[in-house]
Amino acid sequence: MDKVMNIRNGVILTFIITLLLPFIVQSQYVLHVVTMALIWAISVYGYNMNVGYVGSLSLAHVGFFAIGAYTLGLLTVKAGWNFWLAFMAALVLSAAIGFLVGLVSFRTKGHFFAIYTMCVGFIIYLIIDKWDSLTGGVRGLIGIPHPAPIGPLTFDTLTSQYYLVLFFLAVTILVAKRLLHSLLGRTFLAVNNSEELARAIGISTRKNQLLSFVISCFFAGLAGALYASFVRFIGPDIASIVLGFEMLMYLIIGGIGTLAGPLVGTLLMVWLTQSLQFLQDSRMVLFGPVLVLLVIFYPQGIVGGITNHWRKRRKRSDLKHSESKLPKQVPSHRVNARR
Amino acid sequence: MFLKVEQLTKRFGGLTANHNNDLEVHKGHIHAIIGPNGAGKTTFFNLISGFQPPTSGTITFKGTDITGMPPNKIAERGIARTFQTTHLFEKATVLDNVMIGNRLRTQSGFWDAIFRTRRERREEKESLNKAYKVLEFVGLPHLADEPIAGITQEQKKRVAFALALATEPELVLLDEPAAGVNSGETDGLAALIKKMTKRGLTVCLIEHKMAMIMSLADRITVLNQGERIAEGTPKEIQNHPAVIEAYLGGGQPESSRTETV
Amino acid sequence: MDLFLQQLLNGLSTGSVYTLVALGLTMVFGVLHIPNFAHGAFYMIGAYVTLTVMTILGLHYWVAMIFSVFVIASLAVLSDRLVYHPLRNASPLQHMIAAVGILLFLEALAQVLWGADYRRMETSYDDVVHIFGLTVTEQRLLILIAAVVIMAALHWFLRKTMIGSAIIAMAQNREGAYLVGINANVISVLTFAISGALAAAAATLASPINLIFPAMGNLVIMKAFVIIIIGGMGSIPGAILGGYLLGVAESFGATYISGDYKDMIAFVLLVIILTVKPTGLFPGRVH
Ligand SMILES: Nc1ncnc2c1ncn2[C@@H]1O[C@H](COP(=O)(O)OP(=O)(O)OP(=O)(O)O)[C@@H](O)[C@H]1O
Ligand SMILES: [Mg+2]
Repeated sequence: MDKVMNIRNGVILTFIITLLLPFIVQSQYVLHVVTMALIWAISVYGYNMNVGYVGSLSLAHVGFFAIGAYTLGLLTVKAGWNFWLAFMAALVLSAAIGFLVGLVSFRTKGHFFAIYTMCVGFIIYLIIDKWDSLTGGVRGLIGIPHPAPIGPLTFDTLTSQYYLVLFFLAVTILVAKRLLHSLLGRTFLAVNNSEELARAIGISTRKNQLLSFVISCFFAGLAGALYASFVRFIGPDIASIVLGFEMLMYLIIGGIGTLAGPLVGTLLMVWLTQSLQFLQDSRMVLFGPVLVLLVIFYPQGIVGGITNHWRKRRKRSDLKHSESKLPKQVPSHRVNARR
Repeated sequence: MFLKVEQLTKRFGGLTANHNNDLEVHKGHIHAIIGPNGAGKTTFFNLISGFQPPTSGTITFKGTDITGMPPNKIAERGIARTFQTTHLFEKATVLDNVMIGNRLRTQSGFWDAIFRTRRERREEKESLNKAYKVLEFVGLPHLADEPIAGITQEQKKRVAFALALATEPELVLLDEPAAGVNSGETDGLAALIKKMTKRGLTVCLIEHKMAMIMSLADRITVLNQGERIAEGTPKEIQNHPAVIEAYLGGGQPESSRTETV
Repeated sequence: MDLFLQQLLNGLSTGSVYTLVALGLTMVFGVLHIPNFAHGAFYMIGAYVTLTVMTILGLHYWVAMIFSVFVIASLAVLSDRLVYHPLRNASPLQHMIAAVGILLFLEALAQVLWGADYRRMETSYDDVVHIFGLTVTEQRLLILIAAVVIMAALHWFLRKTMIGSAIIAMAQNREGAYLVGINANVISVLTFAISGALAAAAATLASPINLIFPAMGNLVIMKAFVIIIIGGMGSIPGAILGGYLLGVAESFGATYISGDYKDMIAFVLLVIILTVKPTGLFPGRVH
């Protein structure tokens, strides 16, 4: 029981630290890096809600990140839309395109799905790169406005932007958590575990895969829109498959299918990347093999590994006490994290 | 007629796995399907449960034509199935495995999940209660919190039954439920199957263990090389010349089987 | 008409390169059921190795190619033994992620060793030849001929040697091959070696007419995937046909539609095909 308290305390502590962060760290640079990391984390959470929950590996995720970013960028810069209207449009469009792409791509299975979505991702990249008159091509899109004020809240300082991103991350994590522990989340996991068995017990695999895909595209779009308004400059490279691979890596390292994994993986990797600045673009010389080793020896990732370890220990101590236990009663409500 | 299969045919390229097969299953019966390896039994189940579309023929369940429906729709209509090789969700607990069986009777979707609506909470509780009930039924309530990876083969078979039962079926298709368990355990599983029919369920099962079939089945259909060669009560089947012929072609039924689990 | 023939020839030479890359990819998929996303990185490293031994050791182009073929074949075998073999019972998701890890590593490695700049490979075959009223560079002709020679050699190996027919048997039916008593490890190593060798040869052939840079493999591997899906995953004739078809389609697309979007042809083609036939054009070869 005190273990549970530890986890809860840990979460509360983390929350307090993130809330106070702008006052703890004085460096604007650090705050900037952390804000970026939180934006990535939103996208990785979205990724997890597809690849981690139902288990279909989409390689187009980064494409939807770019769709979110470019929708916001183009609507504010070129069409002069109100910021928040454009923001909403970015989310809706990412989800809607995700729906259409998913509708078609889930007709394919397994490897075909990965390859299909890779091609979709690349088409998105090429459109951004080549459609010069609309997107600015390789020159990119500049002058994207900061988020417009909402009532008394303004977002033109770094601190306020940090809080805005933090807010959206909190919402994302809440959705990820609620989803994981819901009947729908259980359904996703069932599809992940065995499509055949899932169908035998009356679950429509296609419908659930599609839903989880749309959810993940929505959050990719959200992260993209936040990115565009934070960095204020976007180019075709935000749709590049390598960036998509990087998000996948954050997820695997943190723990695929877990609740804390996306955050842990992203923060850790961004921190490592910062500390290994001298490596610059060649940091993958290190991270590539790490990814491979992890997949071979530790596929559950950091959070998954810790959870397993913790569960085993609890089980052992349960066994010690079990002789004295009364027959078990049906708990009225159980929260389970399966991995 | 409860389940009526007419002139069902399935071809895989040049191979005819099922050829113009008929089947009638009465409500409350235990109907066994036997036949040598590769006779087309599993394929027959795949067709009924919608996992493969038949090449021709019709399947009628409780008066509705279900031919060509997707498996999830057929499950919704009350046909549950187990697989020859049990594949459960190994990493999850027994209870979590069984709980998902009630999913098709629930409505909660994305927004229910996000807002933890009253419906979500009610259905969650219902699923949980149902899971405990079916675990009770198959005799495993004490293993509820055990992960699948930590239980025996026979217990896994029971969990697979429980999962099928959690979908509230009227007809269960069991594909070799007693494969890979010892004879004492086989008797236990047979008793469990009997208990299902006492609850008003109808059972269709594929099995190679003759002793079990003969004591359990109300009717037996024999398939050989995709064709139905005999049908009748256990007595009739035991003495049916075509059946003896078919089995003698491949040795004794019980011993010819190399059990693959 | 001249333009037509000219573009056809160009398309066939580009297609030759695609075909060689796709052949390796399709063989690995057919035999081991791994979509090797790292295959494009083998291709890229192959180009750099050739370039390096040509400039540093001053080796002749063809000698450098042979050198590169051996290096990349070893690299591919290494990736099989160190990564894919330990993962043989893992989920497809793990395979794909591992492949991504290898890809990221090799690309970064290339950047460390050779820098991010675009490099050019000098060729002594840049004269222009006139045949049947067409003008072609010698290099393009060489690509055409060399690709055919390599494919003929591969065909001979697969059809006429014991071990080659074992590879074919395994590609068509894994279980069947086990029954016949084929050593799966030997087959696996050999298949990877061949796929690496083909990638290196393709890269060396293509480099004089293209540029060399760390990300050069990405586009090629994606197109190779498109090709093997069009041709049927695991099918060797399919990869050959698909490779030439795509090369020609791109060449004509660039001339008659738009040069900017020629790279998109492959992907749009694939999306259309999989939309209409989700299991690929030639399903059933492998599950
Ligand atoms: N998807 C498929 N594609 C091609 N052939 C198939 C397929 N499924 C089954 N078959 C073939 O159909 C025939 C019947 O197979 P089936 O699995 O129905 O036999 P079975 O009676 O269940 O055998 P067993 O007792 O060994 O389980 C076999 O020859 C099998 O190889
Ligand atoms: Mg069978």
